[in-house]
Amino acid sequence: MAGIYIHIPFCKQKCTYCDFHFSTSFEHYRKEMIETIGKEIALRKEELKHVTIASIYFGGGTPSILNTQELNFLLQKIHANFDVDSSAEITLEANPDDISAQQLAMWKDGGINRLSIGLQSFKSSDLNWMNRAHTVEEALSCVQLAKKSGFNAISVDLIYGLPDLTMEEWKHHIDEVIAMDVQHISAYCLTVEEKTALNKLVNEKKIVPAGEDAQSEQFLELSHRLKKAGFLHYEISNFGKPGFEAVHNSNYWKGVSYMGVGPSAHSFNGSKRRWNISNNSKYLKQFASNAYFEEELLTLKDQWNEIVMTGLRTTSGVAIEQLKALFPLDEAFQLALLSFQKDGMIEFLNNHLSLTDKGRLQADFIASEFFKV
Amino acid sequence: MKNIRNFCIIAHIDHGKSTLADRLLQTTGTISDRDMKAQALDDMDLERERGITIKSHAIQMNYTFEGEDYILNLIDTPGHVDFSYEVSRSIAACEGALLIVDASQGIEAQTISNLYLALEHDLEIIPILNKMDLPGAMPEEVSDQIIELIGCDMEDIIPASGKTGLGVDKILEAILTRIPAPKGDENGPLQAMIFDSVFNPFRGIIAYYRVKNGVIRKGDKVRFLNTGKDYNAEEVGILKMELNPKKEVRAGDVGYIISGIKTAKEVKVGDTLTLAANPCEIPIKGFEDVKPMVFAGIYPVETDDYEELRYSMEKLQLNDSSLVFEPESSAALGFGFRCGFLGMLHMEIIQERLEREFNMTVITTVPNVSYFCYLHKDKEKAFIVNNPSELPDPSGVERIEEPYIKAQVITKSEYIGQIMNLCIEKRGEIKNQVYLTQDRVELTFEMPLAEIVFDFYDRLKSVSRGYASFDYHPIGYKQSDLIKMDLLLNGEQLDALSALVHRSNAFDLGKKICSKLKELIPRQQFEIPIQAAIGAKIIARETIKALRKDVTAKCYGGDISRKRKLLEKQKEGKKRMRQVGRVEVPQEAFMAVLKLND
Ligand SMILES: Nc1nc2c(ncn2[C@@H]2O[C@H](COP(=O)(O)OP(=O)(O)OP(=O)(O)O)[C@@H](O)[C@H]2O)c(=O)[nH]1
Ligand code: SF4
Ligand SMILES: [Mg+2]
Repeated sequence: MAGIYIHIPFCKQKCTYCDFHFSTSFEHYRKEMIETIGKEIALRKEELKHVTIASIYFGGGTPSILNTQELNFLLQKIHANFDVDSSAEITLEANPDDISAQQLAMWKDGGINRLSIGLQSFKSSDLNWMNRAHTVEEALSCVQLAKKSGFNAISVDLIYGLPDLTMEEWKHHIDEVIAMDVQHISAYCLTVEEKTALNKLVNEKKIVPAGEDAQSEQFLELSHRLKKAGFLHYEISNFGKPGFEAVHNSNYWKGVSYMGVGPSAHSFNGSKRRWNISNNSKYLKQFASNAYFEEELLTLKDQWNEIVMTGLRTTSGVAIEQLKALFPLDEAFQLALLSFQKDGMIEFLNNHLSLTDKGRLQADFIASEFFKV
Repeated sequence: MKNIRNFCIIAHIDHGKSTLADRLLQTTGTISDRDMKAQALDDMDLERERGITIKSHAIQMNYTFEGEDYILNLIDTPGHVDFSYEVSRSIAACEGALLIVDASQGIEAQTISNLYLALEHDLEIIPILNKMDLPGAMPEEVSDQIIELIGCDMEDIIPASGKTGLGVDKILEAILTRIPAPKGDENGPLQAMIFDSVFNPFRGIIAYYRVKNGVIRKGDKVRFLNTGKDYNAEEVGILKMELNPKKEVRAGDVGYIISGIKTAKEVKVGDTLTLAANPCEIPIKGFEDVKPMVFAGIYPVETDDYEELRYSMEKLQLNDSSLVFEPESSAALGFGFRCGFLGMLHMEIIQERLEREFNMTVITTVPNVSYFCYLHKDKEKAFIVNNPSELPDPSGVERIEEPYIKAQVITKSEYIGQIMNLCIEKRGEIKNQVYLTQDRVELTFEMPLAEIVFDFYDRLKSVSRGYASFDYHPIGYKQSDLIKMDLLLNGEQLDALSALVHRSNAFDLGKKICSKLKELIPRQQFEIPIQAAIGAKIIARETIKALRKDVTAKCYGGDISRKRKLLEKQKEGKKRMRQVGRVEVPQEAFMAVLKLND
């Protein structure tokens, strides 16, 4: 089993908080980019030989910018070079402003069976300062439209921890998505990343980020409400109706192999990570000479740390056997385990370590306590 | 002997001693143009990097003047007040001194203090107006200051520039004509004064001396009068850019001896060197031991490195005998050493040398001075306290005395007000105010030494916009109303942060330290109260709120390595912290008191 990720490095406009890789003026090389990504898919077919592809994920950037021809071209390249499972999850990230009946039909025809829609907020002023390209109305209508077009695996993104977002507003946002009756929700806490417009605004004191208390409260409320509405809180930022947990993203956390194509895309094969250059023109220029990526071999210690870090983020947790295969569980490990158990942060059940609700708020700290350095 | 001249170069810090020495070395051909680099005598890495001289450096030059060959022994000295003992030692080996004054700055505090040291030894002073090439040079004004200070004539002052070489010939001529040749009896019993010693990992201790009488030869059986120990003179010679072995070194000259001595302790600077077979009767007047002025704990970051730290400190002491240390332990920091330093710069340098020469990362605690504590049961016997946490229970204490200094500040008259305020705030008392010229003033204060340990230099610099120079020397102990202030973290005492403070400052200081600690200690998974206490009484309190949330809820897609590395780095940083009870305390926190005004 393996996954394929395709990075579409184009966006209509730049969201204030975003540090993903994309460009907003791309028309002049758009064609070349899609063709090159197609070439990369073919070039790397040996990497996932003899495995079936269980998930395909079009991310970005903004893959909903792709037209019929481009999307089909990329999908065909994948099918021509890899063994894609007939029930594979094929996700496309879409922004509300790109969603129309026509587009939806085209995606459906192309084989897309899951949509991940960037709603982010139902508060007009927040959409505005975040420089999102869509309106509240579009956010509200696009999901209905998608459902009408026959999509039955829909995920929506929300952002919380915004500067002036009150608890009342947040509860309203949550209820709104519950009412939409989607199958999956990803909710991210706003983080101020370096080199973003948001970072600049914060430094200039034009925006004061929400306090940690507010962010924690919103997180707890989210988890509480969604669980009550029948969602599984299966990863720190992800909620799914039973049977609708994201296959592709889950595989990141489970250590399943994946191949990422396009600028800035990451790949992993169990012991090696590789990442493509995060620059569109360099990616294009250096593709021919095979100088468009870097890679890193993971040491046993790196593997251990990654398993701990990703595993703890999920409800299924970290399988002890997987750790033991790398290193024996030493005294430091057991001491950390005991102290977190005592504090009610961690559970140890069926040979799996997982975080309690309380522990989730400290996931990074707890993970790093189990790290090997 | 009549063709030997021994002189040192003295000045305030940065007035250009070492640069002028470069020009002298170059003109006399002691150093070839090819080997020339700026401040060639500053050969320690740390000296080169910081651009300051830390250790005196002696070197011999040859010079022919009007057909006569001369031997010139030059000693370049440091200007910083922490190292003024180096100046005293160098002066004792000389008959003359070049007193350098930066023409753009004028006379400053160490110009005066070093001049006085030289005058005490009756040295011939050659005043030099340096940095004449600078556009800001004020030759008339600064000459007036010099004339006023030493009572010389205008013609005696030599305008010069270490940068352009201006005045170098004149300086050489003045050295030959104005500084007297050494006096002594070549045929008398050997009498030589040790004025410095350095450690060489291959050759052991190399002692530098000035021969007053007699001759020292290779192979002689020599005796150090003070220690009474005899050694074999394995090698003697003179000091060039490299050691230059000779068969003998004669009266009046400056030289070195290697005699199989392995540790710095065996050679006492100031001791008299003589021959075992024919010893001289009276030793030359030596030096007082250099006394440490400030004390601080030095602890290994990794507790396992204690033995290695000891080894490193011992090695460092071979090089720098002014460093003293003894083992101590702290509940917060484990095993380490209480070290005595000559001043704050010295402390900084020791810490840096430990890091770079021995690869030892250490935690340095807040420095303090040495107190005398008298107990009720014996009111006459002082109990020396070099570490505040060792202060006996206050109920048994009759009185505490602390060291005082006399401080000289030279500044522009417009800053007098602010500087006086600063000194008063630092419990100082103004003793004297003298106008050196119309707008240059020398202020004399008496104040507790402890006060200059805490942010005094920075404050002085900022209130005077850099136009103040500072010099001090100890003047003895005085009784003070001192109390011990403790700091508690999560209810546990942080012994390394205990301090003796003046009662009148305690509340204010307690509050500032608590809030500084709040800033420096990262939030942790639980709430941490910080308290300052005098005895059982809490005088200040802050709380570090618990870290509620330590998780990134961001989609980092396939980029898992980046996140992993970030967490690894954070964990790495934590490893360098110290555990006090449950609280992780970063190293900077142990020095918090020094940065209260940042
Ligand atoms: N323009 C100019 N700069 C000079 C002159 N002499 C020295 N300097 C500069 O002044 C600074 C201090 O020079 P040093 O020779 O290191 O001074 P120092 O007196 O030996 O300093 P310490 O040994 O630390 O007391 C350096 O940056 C020199 O380049 C000069 O004649 N003219
Ligand atoms: S958030 Fe999405 S749409 Fe907005 S700039 Fe980033 S990648 Fe583009
Ligand atoms: Mg110097």
